[in-house]
Amino acid sequence: MIRPDADTLLEIVDLQARVEDKPILKGVNLTIKAGEIHAVMGRNGSGKSTLSKVLAGHPAYTVTGGSVRYRGADLLDLEPEQRARLGLFLGFQYPVEIPGVSNLEFLRVSTNARRMEKGEEELDTFAFEDLVRERLQVVQMDPAFLERSVNEGFSGGEKKRNEILQMALLDPLVAILDETDSGLDIDALRIVAGGVNHLASPENATLLITHYQRLLDVITPDYVHVMAGGRILRTGGKELALELEDRGYDWVDQELAVLEVA
Amino acid sequence: MSSSTSVGDLVSQPYKYGFVTDIETDKIDKGLSEDVVRLISSKKGEPQFLLDFRLRAYQQWLRMEEPDWAALGHPAIDYQEMIYYAAPRQQEKKASLDEVDPKLLETFDKLGIPLSEQKRLSNVAVDAVFDSVSIATTYREKLAEHGVIFCSISEAVKDHPELIERYLGTVVPSNDNFFAALNSAVFSDGSFVFIPKGVECPMELSTYFRINSGDTGQFERTLIVAEEGASVSYLEGCTAPMFDTNQLHAAVVELVALDDASIKYSTVQNWYAGDENGVGGIYNFVTKRGHCRGDRSHISWTQVETGSAITWKYPSCVLQGAHSVGEFYSVALTNNRQQADTGTKMIHVGPHTRSTIVSKGISAGHSSNSYRGLVQIGPKARGARNYSQCDSMLIGDQAAANTYPYIRSQQPEASVEHEASTCRISADQLFYLQSRGIGFEEAVSMMVSGFCRDVFNQLPMEFAAEADKLLALKLEGSVG
Repeated sequence: MIRPDADTLLEIVDLQARVEDKPILKGVNLTIKAGEIHAVMGRNGSGKSTLSKVLAGHPAYTVTGGSVRYRGADLLDLEPEQRARLGLFLGFQYPVEIPGVSNLEFLRVSTNARRMEKGEEELDTFAFEDLVRERLQVVQMDPAFLERSVNEGFSGGEKKRNEILQMALLDPLVAILDETDSGLDIDALRIVAGGVNHLASPENATLLITHYQRLLDVITPDYVHVMAGGRILRTGGKELALELEDRGYDWVDQELAVLEVA
Repeated sequence: MSSSTSVGDLVSQPYKYGFVTDIETDKIDKGLSEDVVRLISSKKGEPQFLLDFRLRAYQQWLRMEEPDWAALGHPAIDYQEMIYYAAPRQQEKKASLDEVDPKLLETFDKLGIPLSEQKRLSNVAVDAVFDSVSIATTYREKLAEHGVIFCSISEAVKDHPELIERYLGTVVPSNDNFFAALNSAVFSDGSFVFIPKGVECPMELSTYFRINSGDTGQFERTLIVAEEGASVSYLEGCTAPMFDTNQLHAAVVELVALDDASIKYSTVQNWYAGDENGVGGIYNFVTKRGHCRGDRSHISWTQVETGSAITWKYPSCVLQGAHSVGEFYSVALTNNRQQADTGTKMIHVGPHTRSTIVSKGISAGHSSNSYRGLVQIGPKARGARNYSQCDSMLIGDQAAANTYPYIRSQQPEASVEHEASTCRISADQLFYLQSRGIGFEEAVSMMVSGFCRDVFNQLPMEFAAEADKLLALKLEGSVG
């Protein structure tokens, strides 16, 4: 939902970043306001996953230029855990398994970290169980997953649902979902997308990173950005995604070639 | 990359217990000879049988060679360059704590082991051993009401010589191995526990070992006897000052469990580990063995090994009584240049004996951590069962983990299971936890304690949380 008077949550200006010695982001500009749903599309290697990791603070990526302001503060100055506590959420493309750490305990510790930052009371194990059982319904997840180690032995679809469950618990202001649709069958996709739609509100914003139109059939973006060569080449409404679906990415490559020669 | 997330400098937490207490000590000249053995014995006013025990051990030691089969490397130890007896200069053990040198009490206070009446831990009796000499034992009278003897081994030699003569060296014979022979010849002090028939020890017993002198070898001797139907839970803790030389610690612990008796022995070992370049630290060569002598007896070892430059230690169980049970739960953490070669031996002699081994090795920095374990099933051990699980966790990419399981079975009806796994704390796992609002160090500690949970669950409750914290502290700065 686009509202001209909405608060700006995230403001990315000329962001450049590299991994090891390889420049990946070469000047990304993007502003996200409360209530909006953005989609970033692009080929593999266009830099869209890197953008999500840089925003969340992954240590393997080095920012070499530009700035990111999150609700007025310098995001790049914050540790990854501080970003999370302040309401920035990254839903991972490949959530890692953490053997030995109970999913329930993990969810409780992270939920409490976020709650404390918001000035809310810490939830004890009982209060948290009530909350988590209620939120499980958002993604139609079996409570048995709470008893297992974090993501250990989960199928691809179960991992993605666990991500959305975390999102439901952490109540983020900006949720970045990196290829959340990849590896999901059509039913799982509906459940996950349903969860995202359910959580979207006029106060928060969602940044979807995706390859395919099919996610955007179930979550309607306000803006679609096409990324290539570490930059956002074009921004439009939801019809831009349909155009991509129609014409493929070849025209993007051509535009990029022209840009890089210039 | 921000400074707090650098795996490389995760190990920088200074050792909290590295101070030296300035106290006058009574030391003998360095070097080892028959005369030194006699001198130690006479300083302690020992009966003839003990002197004979020591001299026999010394003769055996002279003919033995230092073992070299462990995956450990260290410069040769010069046994003539060491002092074999040092004691804080204090006449006789004090009847009351008020007479103990306040400096000593202060030392233990600083270590978090208050001994004085007002401050001491409730429901944990403590024997405080300073440079191999027991300086105080709390709650003795209360224990005595139950017939439980808890005192230093030197006192036991004086007050209960018949028990010492009956049990000392019956589990770990003096010629068992090079370090056990050395200990048998020169041991200075340690704890003695005796739980009479049918008594359940009313409180946790604990010995706290503190090394203070820089050039002194440490040779404690601990003996725990649980008579028929008796049970006891015992915990030892250890720390030492930071010196840039290596000190030898060669202790012997013997446990005897008669019919239906149960002994639970827990260790939190935090000797000084040397600095990040491997300078200094304790060489910990320890022989610990329990003898399930009676039917249905039960011996359980739980160890959390975090200190020492070198750890060579295999707490073992000889399961002789029918239906006796041996357990070994271990967390061994190495960091920087530490080396550990540790594990257990489960010797199944009697029928229907059972043993469980759960070993968790964590290697960080440039350290090396090996599990070495033997499961032996003798011809009479019908229906014996063993289950072993050995897991290793690597932190960073410079550390090494090895598992050496040995299984020997002479009994076709026995069942032996062994499982092993290796995992690594990856930067991606840490980032995942961080991106959910969990701080870096808490993330490491969550993963490590998740990994160690099976073992920590075995520790007495008062110490489980302590162990968790200790590991987190040891790893601070080692992941990034």
